[in-house]
Amino acid sequence: MDTFIQLTIDALTLGSVYALIALGYTLVYGVLKLLNFAHGDVFMVGSFIGFGVLQLLGGTSNPIVPIWALLVLVTLAAMAGCAVLGVVIERFAYRPLRNAPRIAPLISALGVSFFLANSMQLLFGAQPRNYDTFSLANGALYLHGIDIGQVRVPLLRIITIVAAFVMMVMLWYLVNKTRTGKAMRATSFDLEAAAMMGIDIDKVIVFTFVLGSALAGAAGVMFGLRVPTNVSIGFVAGLKGFTAAVIGGIGSIPGAMAGGLILGFAEAYTQGYISTKWSDLVVFLILIAFMIFRPQGLLGRADIHKV
Amino acid sequence: MSDSTPHSSHIPAEGPAVGQDEWVARHGERRLLRGGRLGKLEERLRVVPWWVWLILFVAAFSLLPVVESSGYVRRVAFDTVLYMLLALGLNIVVGWGGLLDLGYVALYGVGAYTYAFLASDQFGVHLPTLLAVPITVIIGALVGLLLGLPSRRLTGDYLAIVTLFFLQLFQTLMTNGDSVFGHDLTGGPNGILNIDPFHIFGHDLAVQHGGVFAVSYFYLALAVFAVVYVALRFVNLSRTGRAWRSLREDPLAAEAMGMPVNWLKLMSFSFGAGVAALTGTLFSALNASVFPLTFYFILLIVVYTMVILGGSGSQSGVVLGALIIGPLLELLRDPGKARILFYAALVGGVVFGFRRSRTLGIVSGATIAFGFVMHAAASAHDAAWVAGDKASGFGGAMAHWVVVPAHLASWVQPTTYVGLIGLALLLTLVDRRVRIVLLVPTLYLAAFVWENVMLANPEPMRYIVLGVILVSLMILRPNGLLGERRVEIV
Repeated sequence: MDTFIQLTIDALTLGSVYALIALGYTLVYGVLKLLNFAHGDVFMVGSFIGFGVLQLLGGTSNPIVPIWALLVLVTLAAMAGCAVLGVVIERFAYRPLRNAPRIAPLISALGVSFFLANSMQLLFGAQPRNYDTFSLANGALYLHGIDIGQVRVPLLRIITIVAAFVMMVMLWYLVNKTRTGKAMRATSFDLEAAAMMGIDIDKVIVFTFVLGSALAGAAGVMFGLRVPTNVSIGFVAGLKGFTAAVIGGIGSIPGAMAGGLILGFAEAYTQGYISTKWSDLVVFLILIAFMIFRPQGLLGRADIHKV
Repeated sequence: MSDSTPHSSHIPAEGPAVGQDEWVARHGERRLLRGGRLGKLEERLRVVPWWVWLILFVAAFSLLPVVESSGYVRRVAFDTVLYMLLALGLNIVVGWGGLLDLGYVALYGVGAYTYAFLASDQFGVHLPTLLAVPITVIIGALVGLLLGLPSRRLTGDYLAIVTLFFLQLFQTLMTNGDSVFGHDLTGGPNGILNIDPFHIFGHDLAVQHGGVFAVSYFYLALAVFAVVYVALRFVNLSRTGRAWRSLREDPLAAEAMGMPVNWLKLMSFSFGAGVAALTGTLFSALNASVFPLTFYFILLIVVYTMVILGGSGSQSGVVLGALIIGPLLELLRDPGKARILFYAALVGGVVFGFRRSRTLGIVSGATIAFGFVMHAAASAHDAAWVAGDKASGFGGAMAHWVVVPAHLASWVQPTTYVGLIGLALLLTLVDRRVRIVLLVPTLYLAAFVWENVMLANPEPMRYIVLGVILVSLMILRPNGLLGERRVEIV
């Protein structure tokens, strides 16, 4: 039973990070019908920005601000930095290709992803960067927490899960209850009709990228807080992210959240109960199963092709 | 036929033929023709049949080991032939089938590992070459078929995800395959060693021949390349090739015309996988070992760049792309050669961009002057600022123009790099006059960044160059060098 609780907490943490990445993918795909392969590397840059700001603020051993302020500042800095990065990528790598055949921005995205990962390696080297969260307030984030049965859930995980959840709720609110959100939904439904209705498509797309990349930046910080980060995490994270988005139904925001959680659960339980080696295989099989039996994902719309 | 209008020379003299749709029949003539001397040259070259080009190329390339006895160069040539084969295979899936297969190098790995399974001590199986290679190709094609099965119900984006995940899965399976229920299946991260070399007509194709890379593998690879090229040409000219082209142009219309779309997609996946598996056997046999990390994302992007650069859909194009990118990657490893390449590209870019106009003189003169001014200012400020990297020859000469400090503060590298990217992107936004003015410091900053940041790290630098090539290609010239510009009807 304890293993089960432990694994469930793992699944929720992992799933929240995946959900945040998947949200970025789903937002961009909904609006542009483009799979933004560079998103995983934006996530990686976010974790590095977080690391940099952390060092600026004194590092985990001697922070010059209280812990909560440290965490908030680091996350906000990563979100802002990634938002800028996302906007730049959209402006220069995707906007010129908006009227090109679908394969062109996909390959451009691959090129951007490759460029980003190797640029970070050029500038900062390939060795891992450890946030060293354990030194923060003498391990307070790890040692304090709530107890469920025999299992102690560390404060860090609770913060991660709650923060991710809060961000998702804020995103849901933004997309469903504000005018900008309505513009985003209209654009993702039918780009040309939205343009004809007087919605500034460019602004909406930029805003979408800002949102998605900011979420990826936050996910990067959450990732870095738990595991040392390095320049190569972008590829796998991106892959898992859009697998989650596709499983949940690409283009659907609750779908991305659901897909992320499903992926987190599948991975955590496989790694816990079977072995770490086969988690990728299990996820792949789940993906294939969805592709064969329900290609639109859990909560996505079935695609109707117009001839 | 006046010379002032671009004109194709293939219009038949006789009138319209009964029962033949002219528009469709003349499809090959409606190319965008270049005017002037280049256009005439292109038209003349187009008349040369493809097999003449092939024979010329193979003959020229096979002279390489005769001319160059360095083992390193021969090895690079062999790798380039492998790249050409891979590019040909990817061209089938992406160029002819129009499917975005991001798991292609995993199929390459499947071929390499299968040959390793069949001809090494891993399982104690040592099949003769003439049995192992065809079996590997068939297995590779079957795996390609399986991988292509989800493509029946998927559009391009979903297929990309599934194949990319397959790439990741292959990586994980091969890396973790050394303890499957207690058995060592794939050798894990250390791979499989001591793979049998090819054994043809009673001779073991030795890898090392008195310390020098044996040319027998090179010639074998070249022969395989020629055979595959010819075979694929014939496939392209056949019904299947025409069906693939129609599938790529408009899948829905193709299906409406009664073409077996699903079957065609599976065929293109299989063919590509078969070619990749064949290349895998060559790779395995030569290296006598396989490691999982070879068949991962980096190789995927390299092969894709070759295909896109050459022109997806054009066989000769992708071969050309491989011929350019393969040696380029090797040349960029060496800082001296990379420096020469960079300045050549810089000069070439400026000349090509400002072709024979006054601006060319202005920009070149201004950049050179700017450089010397900066250099003088830097050395006047502090001699250590220009004292770095006493390279000889070309590098030493350029060190008089570019500022190469003896020590770099750690903030310099990221700041100048990001600054250069920002400037370069800004250049695309401003109007012409401002652009010319801004170009001068940008060029100098590019030289500075290249010398101080990029040359110090050849590994990521090569891939950054590749990434930049890929993105610029998609924006500026998506049909690559020899591909045909396609118009998508929305």
